[in-house]
Amino acid sequence: MLHTLAVYVEDKPGVLNRVASLFRRRAFNIDSLTVGHTEQPGVSRMTIVCDVDETSIRRVEANVYKLVNVLRVDDLTTLPSVERELAMIKVAASPESRSQVMQLADVFRARVVDVSADSLIVETTGTAEKVDRLLDVLRPYGVLEMVRTGRVALARGTQPAPTVSDRFAGYDSETDDSHVSYSV
Amino acid sequence: MKKTGGQILWECLLKQGVHTVFGYPGGAILPAYDAMTQYPIRHILVRHEQGATHMADGFARATGQVGVAIATSGPGATNMVTGIATAMLDSSPIVCITGQVGSKLIGSDAFQETDITGVTLPITKHNYLVTRADDVASTIREAFHVASSGRPGPVLVDITKDAQQSSAEFDWDGAAPRMRGYRPDYRPAQPDFEKAAALIREAKRPVILAGRGITLSGATDLVRQFAERTNTPIAMTLLGIGGIPANHPLNLGMMGMHGEAWVNTAIQEADLLLAFGMRFDDRVTGNLKTYAVNAKKIHVEIDPAEVNKNVKVDVALVGDLREVLADLLPLVPAGDHPEWSARIADLKGDSAVRDIQNLPDNGHLYAAHVINDLWRETSGEAVVVTDVGQHQMWEAQYYKHNAPRSLITSGGLGTMGFALPAAVGAKVARPDAEVWVVVGDGGFQMTMCELATIVQENIDVKIAIINNGYLGMVRQWQEFFYEKRYAATPLVNPNFQRLAEAFGVKAMTVSSRADVKPSVDAARQHKGPVLIDFQVEQEDSVYPMVPAGADLHAMIRRPSPIVETAAD
Repeated sequence: MLHTLAVYVEDKPGVLNRVASLFRRRAFNIDSLTVGHTEQPGVSRMTIVCDVDETSIRRVEANVYKLVNVLRVDDLTTLPSVERELAMIKVAASPESRSQVMQLADVFRARVVDVSADSLIVETTGTAEKVDRLLDVLRPYGVLEMVRTGRVALARGTQPAPTVSDRFAGYDSETDDSHVSYSV
Repeated sequence: MKKTGGQILWECLLKQGVHTVFGYPGGAILPAYDAMTQYPIRHILVRHEQGATHMADGFARATGQVGVAIATSGPGATNMVTGIATAMLDSSPIVCITGQVGSKLIGSDAFQETDITGVTLPITKHNYLVTRADDVASTIREAFHVASSGRPGPVLVDITKDAQQSSAEFDWDGAAPRMRGYRPDYRPAQPDFEKAAALIREAKRPVILAGRGITLSGATDLVRQFAERTNTPIAMTLLGIGGIPANHPLNLGMMGMHGEAWVNTAIQEADLLLAFGMRFDDRVTGNLKTYAVNAKKIHVEIDPAEVNKNVKVDVALVGDLREVLADLLPLVPAGDHPEWSARIADLKGDSAVRDIQNLPDNGHLYAAHVINDLWRETSGEAVVVTDVGQHQMWEAQYYKHNAPRSLITSGGLGTMGFALPAAVGAKVARPDAEVWVVVGDGGFQMTMCELATIVQENIDVKIAIINNGYLGMVRQWQEFFYEKRYAATPLVNPNFQRLAEAFGVKAMTVSSRADVKPSVDAARQHKGPVLIDFQVEQEDSVYPMVPAGADLHAMIRRPSPIVETAAD
């Protein structure tokens, strides 16, 4: 099944390479990986979606956590969380079909962000399923190009997700968080 | 006070307690070598950078302290790759320092430029590229911390030439490691201790599986106490050997592919396996589907990524073995398993008749005889450094180690060429120890250039080449599994005695059993390195053997005239 991990890493050169290399070396399958800054300076957050079974995801977590530049690993899969993906889809659209495409986009609450003589770009945000369904209805018009960001996710509310150190050890985050300068 | 990056490097190494490094100079590391002349450091000049890494590794394995290897950029750095991977697979704490081209040249394919942090990314615990003198001290301190804490491992620090040349304020205290992410200080949760204790109380047929972790964590005494208190036999992995004295009545000996039959049978019949600092490598489990199917499993391991990797366990106690056992021991009552002990004694008796030591001397020189005689002549007190292959397994079977860190061998990576340089590291680390190299004729030739290092640095190691004229273990597999098609395994060897003498090493050739003990004695009495070429039976095989991927109990047993006659 698909698992969503939120991985906090130090914002240093080569960290993305270390994480990606780990997945390759251990033959874990990455479905998508996004990375960006967080609310904390010097800390980046990766959202990694990987397609593995329950036992393997524990190993993925433990292996990722082992990387020296990784600060924290949260498994958001079973937590209430908001998951979103952004897609931009360039669809062939003649003057005759253009309004139909725009109507479909409207139904999906997608936005048309560029119009040219024979195509337009539709931008949508939502779950991967929603993007897939929009794609299905646009495909008959001719999808010329597409780009998807992959999934990003945030846990709902203020409950911190159980981390790998909680899971494997009686690690007490309240008494020893001297190394971690951020909170979830 | 301002110092150059090169000076800061040596200042830091001295502060870390390093007095010996193993290395090979070159262009991009020259500023550091130039600065070295100002510091009381012993530099062992190797003949190949692979040797430097194995020496650092041997140094670390012999003492538990971090070993240091140093090389230049490009080919110097890439030559270290095999040694780094060897240290990684066996959790050996080494720090490798490499020079790098000037920071402005990085990415330009400059002369002797290699992206060595990229190359070694998957085979180091962590690595660093340092481009400023200001970062040298904090990086070296962090590298030593990472290499030696948690599950130890190799760390590489790549320092650009300009970072070595330019100056920075040297502030040792200010460079203390401040790591945001790395904290290997796991502690198991209390309920897991209770679950483990309950399984231990209920067990009728328990076996301890002791790995390298028992030595790495300094838990050998606690493991022995645990075993004695609960009367639990201990099976050793190859790298566990020595952690528990071989003459301890509860020590069963080595498990796995070439483990004795009673050990593997006991594991398969067990109802509880206590895995202490070992990782269920394929060489010890055989077929995972049939591995100890009736046993509950408790895994005490410092690396959470090892839990449930190969074998699913019932209770995982993730943490430092010594701390975990100290907490677990009070929860475990004293116990005894008389039926289980009797069963194991039966299994041992059945195997004893097959022991090669019980066979009559037929004039042939067997490797097992050489190792057994070496064990007797050295009173089992030598530090033995082995290479990889048949001789390694015979050593593990016939040299009875009683002290931790007395067997040094490449287990996980199985690196041929390891023994000779690793022995140099071990001898430098422990100059008072008697260090023997047990090496095959194939592996010896992979790194024999280090004989020159041995002579130049006057390293007093004794070298026993187990020379069967074949790549013996590969030949054995060809005999068993490829119908004796000996593709590329016969070796036409140089005259090892004359070769050693050309290097300036005293040497002997032995081909009969009667000469084994006298030659070993002569070598021991000689001050300085000695090489003995033991020309042994060519087509001998290591028994028992669990073929790769076969069930652990499905061993090819040691042939025995006594057993075969009885079967007729």
